[in-house]
Amino acid sequence: MWQKIKPRAANLLAWQLGLLVFLFLFWDAMTRPGFIPPFMFDNDRQAAFFFGEPIAILQRVWAWFVTDADIYRHLAVTLAETAMAFAIGAGTGLAGGLWLALAPTASALLEPYIKALNSMPRIVLAPIFSVWFGLGMGSKVALGVTLVFFVVFFNVYQGVKEVSPVILANARMLGANQRQLLRHIYLPSATSWVFSSLHTSVGLAFVGAVVGEYLGSSQGVGYLILQAEGTFDINTVMAGILVLTAFALVLDGLVGRIERRLMKWQPKAGEVEKL
Amino acid sequence: MLASTAERPGDGAPASVQEPAALALTNVACTFVSKDAPGQRYTAVQNVDLRVEAGEFVSVVGPTGCGKSTLLNVAAGLLAPSLGTVDVFGTPLTGLNRRAGYMFQTESLMPWRTALGNVAAGLEFRGVSSREVQAQAEEWLGRVGLSGFGDRYPHQMSGGMRKRASLAQTLVLDPDIILMDEPFSALDIQTRQLMENEVLQLWQAKRKAVLFITHDLDEAIAMSDRVVIMSAGPASHPMGEYVIDIPRPRDVAEIKSTAQFRELHAGIWGVMRAEVLKGYQQQLQKVA
Repeated sequence: MWQKIKPRAANLLAWQLGLLVFLFLFWDAMTRPGFIPPFMFDNDRQAAFFFGEPIAILQRVWAWFVTDADIYRHLAVTLAETAMAFAIGAGTGLAGGLWLALAPTASALLEPYIKALNSMPRIVLAPIFSVWFGLGMGSKVALGVTLVFFVVFFNVYQGVKEVSPVILANARMLGANQRQLLRHIYLPSATSWVFSSLHTSVGLAFVGAVVGEYLGSSQGVGYLILQAEGTFDINTVMAGILVLTAFALVLDGLVGRIERRLMKWQPKAGEVEKL
Repeated sequence: MLASTAERPGDGAPASVQEPAALALTNVACTFVSKDAPGQRYTAVQNVDLRVEAGEFVSVVGPTGCGKSTLLNVAAGLLAPSLGTVDVFGTPLTGLNRRAGYMFQTESLMPWRTALGNVAAGLEFRGVSSREVQAQAEEWLGRVGLSGFGDRYPHQMSGGMRKRASLAQTLVLDPDIILMDEPFSALDIQTRQLMENEVLQLWQAKRKAVLFITHDLDEAIAMSDRVVIMSAGPASHPMGEYVIDIPRPRDVAEIKSTAQFRELHAGIWGVMRAEVLKGYQQQLQKVA
């Protein structure tokens, strides 16, 4: 019996979904008032108050997306902030990384400043951005950009520095000029490093948007969470977290797809088929 | 048959003395300064005079670490010598050597381009029209026996196939001088002989000047018109040269069993042996 159903590549998805269902059932059992005697809290209702109830949370999500259909506006704002923060941060990071890696003087001059900016906990910039850019989308995008920029920047910088000197010399002997070297050697060589950082930086753009909303805004999923927290509506807070997690997974999957398309020149493990 | 002297470059090709050599290194020296400790210097090569006539196949052999690759980088213009001059067809070399093609010892293909894309790269850089690029790259892939493998990425090819692609990548530009830095040292012996014969055939058809670096004496004798022997480093320099008058076309596997080949091999090895031992001894001391 066990031999038939034990986890393997073919039924992995079923197992993963089963685990998810199990976690929700466990959560429900632990928080349902009166289902098991309270062993940590004073009365039956407190577990539900602190951890939320999965049924109510899923009803909340259902209401957001189907019956009330009022989350789309907030979700659109959060995703737009994420996309803008990501695009601007990754673009400037790529340009900055290429520039500093190819200009040794500028790189030597700016090195301590970049180190300082990178080691600073940049989340504390959020209040300043609120003052500078107001409570609208601008301040959230700015926060996301500061988070994304450094991840991409350092990866591109490293990627350009580690271009194989033989491949570089070969391209020069084949007649590549400075611009062609940038386009055909440095950029493709840096992209592998950029992609390894994209998964992280998409996540950080999302963090920037949500944290920015959470610190002061009038729309967005972070705003919904903030509102619910103000009335101790733990179910709505949890529902917001679930929605954010699901969309973070979707974004990560998108990046993975783009990566596989652009990086098909990279060797992958396991190209051998067992017969 | 044996013309063993260090003082007579161009020996055996007296007719070409008036014409400028394809490549002429005169009194070249290369001293490297350590980046971490500017006081530390290392002179890789010194007093190097080397001529390669147009259409001549010259091999440079020597013990490991004798600065053979340094010489090639100087000839390619990738490295400016500390002293001395490099002349290409009579004109002093400044910057990169535009008339030379360079085949590197290690992997030099761009991993993000297919075999075809790699062969086409040089033509693209030169702004040749894309239809012409496609046609020429396809033709050269075929010539090195890779037709049908054009859409493979380097990691999907074997070591021998990658070397063939490198060869096509260099030769598609039709350079007047071909520089080769131990191009086949990473290949197994059978693939190597195949590649050596292929290179000889391609060379035979076009008769370009070739400067071929190797540590393999068999390979050097089998392929070249002339073999130059470098002394052990530091400050290594050519210490003798042999004209190889084995008739062409040659088959590298067959000529190794001829008496002429064995006689040349014994003669050159006699000169080289002491230097190889010296080089080996120095490496042992460095480790200790």
